[in-house]
Amino acid sequence: MAVVFEKPHALTDAPTHYCPGCTHGIIHRLIAECLDELGLEGSAVGVAPVGCAVMAYNYFSCDMIQSPHGRAPAIATGVKRALPSAAVFTYQGDGDLAAIGTAETVHAAARGENICVFFVNNAIYGMTGGQMAPTTLPGQVTQTSPYGRDVKTAGYPIRVCELLSTLDGTAFAQRVAVDCVRNVLAAKKAVKKAFQTQLDGRGFSIVEFISSCPTNWGFTPSEALVWLREHMLPYYPLGVYKDTSAQAQGEAQP
Amino acid sequence: MKGNEALAQAAIDAGCRCFFGYPITPQTELAAYMAKQMPKVGGVYLQAESEIAAINMVQGAAAAGVRAMTSSSSPGISLKTEGISYMCGSDLPALIVNVQRGGPGLGGIQPSQADYWQATKAPGHGDLHILVFTPSSVQEMVDLVGKAFDLADKYRMPAMILADGLLGQMMEPVEIGGKEVPVPAAKPWAACGHRNQREHNIVNSLYLTASELEDLVKKRFERYREIEAKEPLCEAYLVDDADIVVAAYGAAARIAKAAVRTARERGIRAGLLRPVTVWPFPKKDFQAAARHASRFLCVEMNMGQMVDDVRLAVECSKPVGFFGTTGGVIPTPAQVLEQIENLSGGAR
Repeated sequence: MAVVFEKPHALTDAPTHYCPGCTHGIIHRLIAECLDELGLEGSAVGVAPVGCAVMAYNYFSCDMIQSPHGRAPAIATGVKRALPSAAVFTYQGDGDLAAIGTAETVHAAARGENICVFFVNNAIYGMTGGQMAPTTLPGQVTQTSPYGRDVKTAGYPIRVCELLSTLDGTAFAQRVAVDCVRNVLAAKKAVKKAFQTQLDGRGFSIVEFISSCPTNWGFTPSEALVWLREHMLPYYPLGVYKDTSAQAQGEAQP
Repeated sequence: MKGNEALAQAAIDAGCRCFFGYPITPQTELAAYMAKQMPKVGGVYLQAESEIAAINMVQGAAAAGVRAMTSSSSPGISLKTEGISYMCGSDLPALIVNVQRGGPGLGGIQPSQADYWQATKAPGHGDLHILVFTPSSVQEMVDLVGKAFDLADKYRMPAMILADGLLGQMMEPVEIGGKEVPVPAAKPWAACGHRNQREHNIVNSLYLTASELEDLVKKRFERYREIEAKEPLCEAYLVDDADIVVAAYGAAARIAKAAVRTARERGIRAGLLRPVTVWPFPKKDFQAAARHASRFLCVEMNMGQMVDDVRLAVECSKPVGFFGTTGGVIPTPAQVLEQIENLSGGAR
């Protein structure tokens, strides 16, 4: 019988702990499919963050390291410098990457560290129960912005792809979403491009996934995706923010 | 050679191939030496954006199975404590050098031993220990670096060279190099890519089931007990018949040794116990000395941070006094001698 659909080899059999409707599962799968298709599982070292994806080390079949909060790009730097032939990636959330780990993120990009960063932006701290994140939208209600994020006191959200694309060390930066089939397919292409950027030795790559958190947003999974489209995507426009590949250089930049 | 540079060369000779640092006085020569020499041996030198990033880069390289190190001085070591704790929790070997300066806070940049408590009691959060070596000469710094790496690998835990600004900045003749660079033992636990030839390795310190974490910590403490039994190092100088035993490590021990020598010339039965490891603490050497000594005197460049360890080692069987200077002030042999003479009550 022909196999028409199967689990990527780069994912383990462990059942994930993610909430119903969470997009981590899709993103894990996309990364694993790309590891499979590029034949990278055996040389890959993944770095799990602190946050909802902390136990990603149980879900990917490649070697994994669990990092202190926000330090994943520094851990990945250590691995990549020690083992230049390894395919090194981090998997981080918005609090991890854009709050406590801002310095590690910005400097890994500035150094052109030859690693891939997969950044899951759901505008909230999920694991700790729904606190305001650096990417929480103005007016968005969370446990620690109970009256809505007031930019006068809590400041403004950070647009990570835009910020990092100003750095010369960033070779590839794309913002994607996984809210519909078309976007999922585009997201997979972006993940593959990020790995290809590393394989080509071109430097730092980041794929930012605009994601939903039905549990902490207080929506059903499908409502959450509607909210994502109506509120997140206008603030965080999808697209390629930087691409230094020869192919892209031949085309017009967005 | 200058202490900081000799230590760096010794690390290269010990097979260290990854150095991640951040500038801070008085250890900066170590990083500068690495920046110059590492590329020549195909190693990695990287100046991180912070001490926090540097220790995490060390953690990444260590997790990948490579001999890695960082160096800093007191305020920078405080920033590294997060990474040190994670490395203990993940059973990762690495070398951390602390060329101590005066504290707390930004403190000063003169030599100090005020991080003894931090190194031996709480180098990070959680139930943990790290190996702590306290050299007292440039040569000993050189000699201990290889040992620190070897024991870190053997017991899968971080090791620290607890030096001070005096040793780091001092120039002394050293015998260095000339030996083959050792090939560290295989690390089958490393996250270095499984080549599709084994199950995936996970380097991790998270255990959400309390009993699982307890079991793991207890197992780690069995290892710590083994280290306490096998690995303490201590120099005993004129201790065999000593009535007054001075306890000092690092730079303070050099000063104390001179004072002990003069005291002997003046007929006082003084001796020196110089811990070369302060974790594990050389308890047996102190217990042996307590059988004949009437009292102990700790001499440190801090406010008396080793005193409690000496008291515990001798189980308070003999009085343990203290003389020290702090803030970057260095004690003189004459000051220490005066203390010894006071304790001897002038009795010859």
